[in-house]
Amino acid sequence: MSVIVFCEYNEGGFKKNALEALTYGRKIAGVQNSRLVIVVNDPNFDQEVIKRYGGNYVITYEGVPTGDSSATASLLSDIVIQEEGRIIVLAYNSTGKSVTGQVAAKIQGGVATSVSGMPHSLDPLIVPTTVFAGKATADIKITAERAVLGLQNNVLAPEESPVDQCELKAYAGEVSLSLQVLKQETVSEDIPLPEAERVVSGGRGLKGPENWHLIEDLARELSAATACSRPVADSDWRPHHEHVGQTGITIRPDLYIAAGISGAIQHLGGVNNSKTIVVINKDPEAPFFKAADYGVVGDLFEVLPRLTEAIKKWKAGR
Amino acid sequence: MNIIVCVARAIETTAKIKFKNDGREFDDEGVQYILNPYDEWYSLVRALELKEAVGGEVTVIHVGGQDSDQIIRKALAIGADKAIRIDKVPQSGEEVAHLLAAQIKGMDYDIIFTGKETVDYNSGIVPPMLSALLELPFIGVVSHMDVNGRQATLSRQIEGGIEVVQSELPLVLSATKDLAQQRIPNMKGIMMAKRKSIEVVAPGEVVPSSSIEQFHLPQKEKSITYVDAENMDELVRLLHEEAKVI
Repeated sequence: MSVIVFCEYNEGGFKKNALEALTYGRKIAGVQNSRLVIVVNDPNFDQEVIKRYGGNYVITYEGVPTGDSSATASLLSDIVIQEEGRIIVLAYNSTGKSVTGQVAAKIQGGVATSVSGMPHSLDPLIVPTTVFAGKATADIKITAERAVLGLQNNVLAPEESPVDQCELKAYAGEVSLSLQVLKQETVSEDIPLPEAERVVSGGRGLKGPENWHLIEDLARELSAATACSRPVADSDWRPHHEHVGQTGITIRPDLYIAAGISGAIQHLGGVNNSKTIVVINKDPEAPFFKAADYGVVGDLFEVLPRLTEAIKKWKAGR
Repeated sequence: MNIIVCVARAIETTAKIKFKNDGREFDDEGVQYILNPYDEWYSLVRALELKEAVGGEVTVIHVGGQDSDQIIRKALAIGADKAIRIDKVPQSGEEVAHLLAAQIKGMDYDIIFTGKETVDYNSGIVPPMLSALLELPFIGVVSHMDVNGRQATLSRQIEGGIEVVQSELPLVLSATKDLAQQRIPNMKGIMMAKRKSIEVVAPGEVVPSSSIEQFHLPQKEKSITYVDAENMDELVRLLHEEAKVI
């Protein structure tokens, strides 16, 4: 019986969510006393990192881009059967969103996505998941013999648990690719929004794209990513991938600072699982204040630069 | 081209979320159900554009009870040619995927459209499961697609940008924002929809492998701390010492 964790690797290394998945799987394997099997999509992965986080058995494969979700799911399912996997954990990122359901179907296992915490119980397996755009939690009980879990980011912090040795095995099965990856077009961001621990976000209150330096200056001081509300993305003031909300992306940073955003329910759905929310708005009745930990009623054209200066000053004084 | 569009029903996004039966069931009293926006605005419309470009037929398929007929009619009014309703109120996305697959297996199709997730449960599980049950290539969260003969070029959203892939038909894709522009049904569409058929079929047997045990509403009651707009040093102090997020 084993716990299988898919740890996605690319030339940048392992993303934080891969290590979160590893930690999640390792903890379950520890309780069950079952084998922890890590699967990595590149034989030249950083072994030191995997060993540091407790992976002592890794199966690698190559030549299957994560963009080919069907091929990735096929070989993962094959490994699950080979290694007698009972619980399979993937980060619920863009790869996980395509692969998780396919693996569940192929192995005839149960599935839970947007998993938001450690299992409440292992036998039967009951895991919490986020539903209703973050407004509620649903505990899913999986009765099938095998379960595939898509883990949300920022549910638990990656936890070091060093091991000395890591056994490696190369996947020996046959895989046929189902599609061809032509190219990737990524906006070169220092801090990709879905993984950012701190985010500074702007809404219509900024009045226009020409004022976005107010957001960017603060973000820079905080080493934060920038985000925006839907009307801002729809008006093309900011790129679409910055739009957080029910029909945009959902984020779970430690700190979310929202300036000039009223806080419509659909926006809240994308951000209300942030650890700390700061709302800056000149309207004291703005609904967002109801979801905030800290509120500043004031003109963002004054407050944002003032806050940026205060951060600078604080950093200099440390 | 035979184009299939799987459409789902969803709870409209401003509905109050409440539960009954000790938190075991969603309480839908007073709640409005809508055609899932990802299905209506992006998936269905892109399918119609494809049909308008290359000819063929668009069939919408829905898993639901009689209450769903109204939203299926909307899909017909927007332009779908026919509809099939699999007569079962689904208990899970997994069940939907299995019922859809059983129905679609017996049909002629060139491409299957779905929406990336429903705006209520957000599981996003139907599109990938469906593709695996039908053994078709799957491309998820697609914001752009061109079809040239039997080849499709699709842009899927990834962290920080997009990835462009190419695949042969048939395939399954899930739609997200920008794949198409929302179309509002006009009078002509609404009138014509009345003459289009909704074929009701009996569901196959699905043995569920998961169930929702319990719903919870967030416990943390946020109590807000207001900071004077002139005193950003204080906010910084609170973020560092109290919230510990910087």
